[in-house]
Amino acid sequence: MADTAVGATTEPEHGSDPSRRDFIHIAAVAAAAGGAATLVWPFIDQMNPSADTRALASTEFDLTKVAEGQQVTIKWRGKPLFVRNRTKAEIAKAVKDDHADMKDPATDASRVKPGKAQWLIVGGNCTHLGCVPTFGGGEYGGWFCPCHGSVYDTSGRIRKGPAPKNLVVPDYAFLSDTKVKIG
Amino acid sequence: MSGHSTYQPKTGFERWLDARLPIVRLGYDSFVDYPTPRNLNYWWTFGGILSLCLASQLITGIILVMHYTPSAQGAFASVEHIMRDVNYGWLIRYMHANGASMFFIAVYIHMLRGLYYGSYKAPREVLWLLGCVIYLLMMATAFMGYVLPWGQMSFHGAVVITNLFGALPLVGESITTWLWGGFAVDNPTLNRFFSLHYLLPFMIAGVVILHIWALHVVGQNNPTGVDPKSKADTVPFTPYATVKDGFAMSVFLILFAFFVFYMPNALGHADNYIEANPLVTPSHIVPEWYFLPFYAILRAVPDKLMGVLAMFGAIACLFALPWLDTSKVRSMRYRPTAKIYFLFFVVVCCILGLCGAKLPDDPVIPHLTTFSVMGSDLNSFVWLSRFAALYYFAFFLVVLPVLGLVEKTLPVPDSIASPALSADAKKG
Repeated sequence: MADTAVGATTEPEHGSDPSRRDFIHIAAVAAAAGGAATLVWPFIDQMNPSADTRALASTEFDLTKVAEGQQVTIKWRGKPLFVRNRTKAEIAKAVKDDHADMKDPATDASRVKPGKAQWLIVGGNCTHLGCVPTFGGGEYGGWFCPCHGSVYDTSGRIRKGPAPKNLVVPDYAFLSDTKVKIG
Repeated sequence: MSGHSTYQPKTGFERWLDARLPIVRLGYDSFVDYPTPRNLNYWWTFGGILSLCLASQLITGIILVMHYTPSAQGAFASVEHIMRDVNYGWLIRYMHANGASMFFIAVYIHMLRGLYYGSYKAPREVLWLLGCVIYLLMMATAFMGYVLPWGQMSFHGAVVITNLFGALPLVGESITTWLWGGFAVDNPTLNRFFSLHYLLPFMIAGVVILHIWALHVVGQNNPTGVDPKSKADTVPFTPYATVKDGFAMSVFLILFAFFVFYMPNALGHADNYIEANPLVTPSHIVPEWYFLPFYAILRAVPDKLMGVLAMFGAIACLFALPWLDTSKVRSMRYRPTAKIYFLFFVVVCCILGLCGAKLPDDPVIPHLTTFSVMGSDLNSFVWLSRFAALYYFAFFLVVLPVLGLVEKTLPVPDSIASPALSADAKKG
């Protein structure tokens, strides 16, 4: 190096090739920033549901435990699930209101399995802020949420109060006339 | 205010240390020789009281962790273990639980003091913003701490608050799942809240240092809102402020002790002595008293997303305050109209707190039915909270910006010393 450099440069200035020096700076900072950004994701994603939580199995439920006009609350994925055996009057009331003015319009038939209108299976958390509504409360005879006063009808549809959506109908199937598999 | 230091190291060791780490000098300049306005009243003692609260929460909290089990299976039982079996565990837990309430009493007085005397105005904007950050961290810490005993109120409080983020469009659901670490509030949620509840107080302590630093750069405000101009306007921090702060702390500790020893559960909820049950929500779920005004604003709005935005907006108003108030006069002592709006604001905050504690559809005046508007009777707490929330926002967004331009203010004294001296002169 030394013997070729002597007398060769007219301007003995430090960093005589500024674009080359800048490139090294930018590349080094970019590599560090990219590395740091890559490492951020594992630190964020560790808070998402872990494999064993995600692997939560589906649940089977024996419907003979629920008498007509009754509801049984079961725990599914850490949350309550309502299994309600509706009376004829409750079904009729829900069907009659199918075209009433609603926030989240849905027909009663769309919320139950065909030919199984007596069985209403819905998530037991208010769609407002997740409280557990009480059975039979409110002016529509469905559920009433004690937290902020949301009222659901006998089809689990939101009729009054701050909740934006109907009670959620989970994926489920009838294994037999008296047995359902949820999830 | 800062500048020349009058610290004189006395011993050889102090001289040796001062040349290497001038920490004694820093303490002397900040808390002994520091000039404070001579007219500070007792509303100015709450900064010191808040430091005391933070220290108390840190010490009792670290002790509680020695006996607490952070798991959904063990948390509730370990809190009962602290209450019944651990030597003086009941005392330390009651100090920690009531200490949170005392902390908020003090911080609300401290904030209202700042609001009344215009302590957020130039050049104290950053000082005020840092205070708002501390308040935000305090709320997060208190909320997560309340979840840790894993009682019914803990659990369902956590459900409601984390579901607030679900109101956000598109990303809401992913955020709540991420916060929970599952499909519901459960063991992973409790564990991360525990971790953060341990971390945040130290972050508060860090921001408190910045808050005091900013305070010492711009200097303390005072009841006149006039900057100190000469030595006649100030007195040294020690003994004047230290003794006054010390006396106020003693009185405050009497109130604190009264709660701890005579009514330790008065500010809590009986439901939290029932272990968490995800399948049953308590019939009347309310947050701790210090969140009630914001809870009332949340419920006042019939739409989920708008309710959440209004609640966060209520806090955002505090951050924007230095730029919302247009008045050139700092202290409301010389703003007769603003003073009335301010007093009404304090009353409205209390009304919002009351509304937050009541069921939305309960009547304000018992046994009186008026007419129904938007599905609720006008004589109901939900309507009262709507009117109160309207005033809350109007105070920040309309009254303070407009009033500063049109209000006829009273004459402001030339210096801090002058009104005091002229009053003396009149007496003499």
